[in-house]
Amino acid sequence: MNEISNKWIGKNTVRPDGAEKVTGRAQYSSDTTMPGMIWGHVLRSPHPHAKIISINTKKAEALAGVKSVITSKDIVDFPLDTPVILGIQDMRWMCRNVMARDKVLFHGHPLAAVAATTEAIAEKACDLIEVEYEILPWAIDIEDAIKDDAPILHDHIQFNGKPSNIAGTLEHKKGDIEEGFAKADVIIEKHFKTEAVHQGYLETHSCLVSVAADGRATIWSSSQGQFMVRAMTSFLTGIPQSNIRAIPAEIGGGFGGKTIVYLEPLATVLSQKTGRPVKIVMNREDTMRASGPTSGSKSTIKIGATNDGKIVAAQGIYYLQAGAFPGSPIRGAAGCSLAPYDIPNAHTFGYDVVSNRSKVAAYRAPGAPIGAYGVECVLDEIAEALKMCPLELRKINAAKEGTKAVHGPVFPKMGYIETLDAAINHPHYKAPLGKHQGRGVASGFWFNAGGESSAQLNITEDGNVVVTTGHPDIGGSRASIANITAELLGIHHDRVSVLIGDTATIGYSNLTGGSRVLFASAMVVTESAQIVINQLKQRAAKIWGIDEDAIEWENGEARPAGDNAGKFAPLTLAEIADKATATGGPIGAGYQVNTEGAEGGFATHICDVEVDMDLGIVRVKRYTSIQDVGKAIHPDYVEGQLQGGCAQGIGWALSEEYIYNKDGHLDNTGFLDYRMPVCSDLPMLDTVIIEVPNPKHPQGVRGVGEVPLVPPLAAISNAVYQAIGKRSYSLPMSPPKVLKIIEGN
Amino acid sequence: MSETQYLAAKTIDEAVTAHSKANGSARFLAGGTDLLVQIKSGIKKPKLVIDIKKIVELNTIKEVSDNEFVVGASVSGANLNRNNKFTKLWPGVIEAFRLIGSEQIQGRASLGGNLCNGSPAGDSVPALIAAGCIAIIAGPDGKKEIPIENFHKGPGKTVLENGEMLVSLKFPKREINSSDAYLRMTPRTEMDIAVVGCGVNITLENNVCTAARVSLGAVAPTPLLIKDASDIMIGTDLNSDILDKVANLCIKACNPINDKRGTIDYRTKVAGVLLKRSVLIAIDRIKGN
Ligand SMILES: Cc1cc2nc3c(=O)[nH]c(=O)nc-3n(C[C@H](O)[C@H](O)[C@H](O)COP(=O)(O)OP(=O)(O)OC[C@H]3O[C@@H](n4cnc5c(N)ncnc54)[C@H](O)[C@@H]3O)c2cc1C
Repeated sequence: MNEISNKWIGKNTVRPDGAEKVTGRAQYSSDTTMPGMIWGHVLRSPHPHAKIISINTKKAEALAGVKSVITSKDIVDFPLDTPVILGIQDMRWMCRNVMARDKVLFHGHPLAAVAATTEAIAEKACDLIEVEYEILPWAIDIEDAIKDDAPILHDHIQFNGKPSNIAGTLEHKKGDIEEGFAKADVIIEKHFKTEAVHQGYLETHSCLVSVAADGRATIWSSSQGQFMVRAMTSFLTGIPQSNIRAIPAEIGGGFGGKTIVYLEPLATVLSQKTGRPVKIVMNREDTMRASGPTSGSKSTIKIGATNDGKIVAAQGIYYLQAGAFPGSPIRGAAGCSLAPYDIPNAHTFGYDVVSNRSKVAAYRAPGAPIGAYGVECVLDEIAEALKMCPLELRKINAAKEGTKAVHGPVFPKMGYIETLDAAINHPHYKAPLGKHQGRGVASGFWFNAGGESSAQLNITEDGNVVVTTGHPDIGGSRASIANITAELLGIHHDRVSVLIGDTATIGYSNLTGGSRVLFASAMVVTESAQIVINQLKQRAAKIWGIDEDAIEWENGEARPAGDNAGKFAPLTLAEIADKATATGGPIGAGYQVNTEGAEGGFATHICDVEVDMDLGIVRVKRYTSIQDVGKAIHPDYVEGQLQGGCAQGIGWALSEEYIYNKDGHLDNTGFLDYRMPVCSDLPMLDTVIIEVPNPKHPQGVRGVGEVPLVPPLAAISNAVYQAIGKRSYSLPMSPPKVLKIIEGN
Repeated sequence: MSETQYLAAKTIDEAVTAHSKANGSARFLAGGTDLLVQIKSGIKKPKLVIDIKKIVELNTIKEVSDNEFVVGASVSGANLNRNNKFTKLWPGVIEAFRLIGSEQIQGRASLGGNLCNGSPAGDSVPALIAAGCIAIIAGPDGKKEIPIENFHKGPGKTVLENGEMLVSLKFPKREINSSDAYLRMTPRTEMDIAVVGCGVNITLENNVCTAARVSLGAVAPTPLLIKDASDIMIGTDLNSDILDKVANLCIKACNPINDKRGTIDYRTKVAGVLLKRSVLIAIDRIKGN
């Protein structure tokens, strides 16, 4: 880690996007309009599973105002036998998800799209499209999908030599699990169930696409990656990437759910066909029905420990819903669940299960909350069986520098134990509890990620700084980059503007996801800043007529050093910029690299709940999240990430769930019945920021945004158990469910 | 898309005439917090929307004699809440009405709209029934009065016929030593729909209950006045044995459905719990006065 003065790093500077957002001027994707623009609308399947016999678009095309109708014939096909991987997606599934090919696989699955002069006409035209279906039996839940006689979604998918809805598996092994359990004094094995939950971003999916007469496409959309939008649209339309410019809008929430496209390829094809800019906006109902929630799951966790609290063996078997196409986050469940612990014998196994639900998408630490839920609940039971403090139990078994994780890597320096110590010593952990109140704790881990990043740092003619990066800012990356740039250049952070470039103006940058953005972009910005500082020194050397080695950059100015020290008055950034033309031209540099060295993040949460014993209502009374963040570049934003994750975890644990009716339709497509918590449901969400710098990062950054959603499910479950003396093994712990548990039936 | 006409009526006559002429294709608009949502989502497609907020009588709170109020059908939650005397006399009605939506919704939503929307889960309705409130209705044939417990015919259905409009809600003269309370069960603390709602209104003289009305919402196709439960409270001191009995009668009266918002079993249990809790609140209010 660089030795730096920390004048700006760690400061809560004013967020650069704040004024625009609070005054309503920030441009979200649905704010964009163009002259001549027309509207698209998507026809969606009314059935959870059906063969498409025919689609007749004649009547729709004949409706006045309709400009074009498209179906899967207009989207590039990717044959089933050849995987085409793009990040965490496979284009075989993507092409069928954006437009059903032979079968519709979930209620809400798109199968045609219309462009018309108004939204209302486009919608009406969709009603006029005649589709003949052969309705097939469907399976919504995992149990139904893995039964022997389950309706099969994809005939080519086989498991154990038979067509199956189990689309894949993943396994991690360490030591000898049988031997481990043989040494245990106490073994606890339990089954758990969670429901699919949606990210709940307030801004639904939308885009505007203009394909000009020369065939070049411009896309304005809300996503977690303009380069992902460009690549997927290119794959699905056949337009080369060089002819697609994807412009990222301000984003009204994503949480992983916008790492995928739904509308952009459709709008692109519609614009191609009509020669007009086409806008499509998904409403809330379609967003709930057809965009990806995260998986529901069932799992079995078995943990064995000796009487002194040493975990000798642990096993986790996970079944995760993938939705209609393969690709559930089993890696997060199987990989993260045991990572906080140094366990000699461990085994995790994940099953990827397709069923007639919308295709899952990433959601904050995909799979990890599901993995941690069961493990952290069973640990609580082990602690109780051994009459041990649950945090002490975790401490005895905590992974530390040098521990080989179940999923493979050996941990470098990291701060898990620090989070446990902070929890043990926190006043919250010792505070008295009231009647029908209970306290629970849980820990969690997320891998974090590196990957491709690009930055360009330019000095303006008046001596200020513009930094461009390639990742949509969903959690404060612009503010943090401004802090880092100001720190490195030794100038006031107000003099740094940070912008998000589009695919034509900045080099390839991978998705905003995996808690990677600040980790990766800080690295390329740091490199760019070093190059620029060297340039500034060269320019000063020219002006003074001395060797550039004899110059140091300090506090935003070039100073003569060594033998020359004191011989010239320092030159400020502004003074050097003013002479840039005469000394060699514009000053600025870009840097792009595939960043490495992202290290995992750990958190420990403490939660108090109060249960209404007559009504089964659980209210969270106090919540403290403690996390090793590496280095908090902008602490307010870090705290916001922690609080946001906890709030979403509280919703997942207590009130959010996808509810399907007997016809296989999603029954709660709005926020009235899809119950995300509102402000008054939450207590103040306290945070404790632990900083054990990532040794592989110039500023010590670790990912921050995903870990906070890993511990809450178990922390809240454990608290409910302490409050009522009985356990729920399934989520959400809704009032009717909790009341049943209290009443013991 | 079909066109919708908008009429801002100035008088009751104008509104009623326009509505009856439209032959079923018109809708009255109070705060619009139900109606506009229903129009936008395509559930309702009126050809004529008659705004009734500009009719003075519908937007007035009147104390017709001491402690006796008539509240215009389209008075907003925010405005009713500003009437200190009314809020003191009818805390249960106010707490039910104030539960509706958020601050923004409160600036628009009306008691009349909540009632006429016809939802079995409308929050103010059990409180109005418990209060013994009377609906004053104007129609082509003049005015009539109907007790609120007879106002609903089924989910989304009321006694109102074509051309009929709710003008105001007449509250009985408030007796001393009386108070009311409303509780609802929702999974969330706010912005939610009642799984069960319970309104009670009681009068105590020397710790003996001399008048009582109990009403439940969301447990049957219409909000219910639980007459037998109300009656057995009278003449008692409302001790816990009595309340158990009252709760059981409430449970018996429930005829709820199983849906995503609650099971039959759960709704029924909750009705009994809310009854006991709301009676205790009302007693406290009387004693605290
Ligand atoms: C975000 C939100 C939250 C909400 N929360 C709640 C809640 O917690 N509890 C709850 O009960 N409701 C809730 N509602 C529903 C709604 O706000 C209430 O039912 C409200 O009282 C309706 O009043 P309004 O004046 O807006 O009615 P409007 O929408 O104007 O009218 C409702 C219906 O009644 C008819 N109508 C209105 N006035 C008359 C009249 N004088 N004569 C004849 N017919 C008439 C209209 O034609 C329409 O059919 C909520 C709504 C929203 C949007």
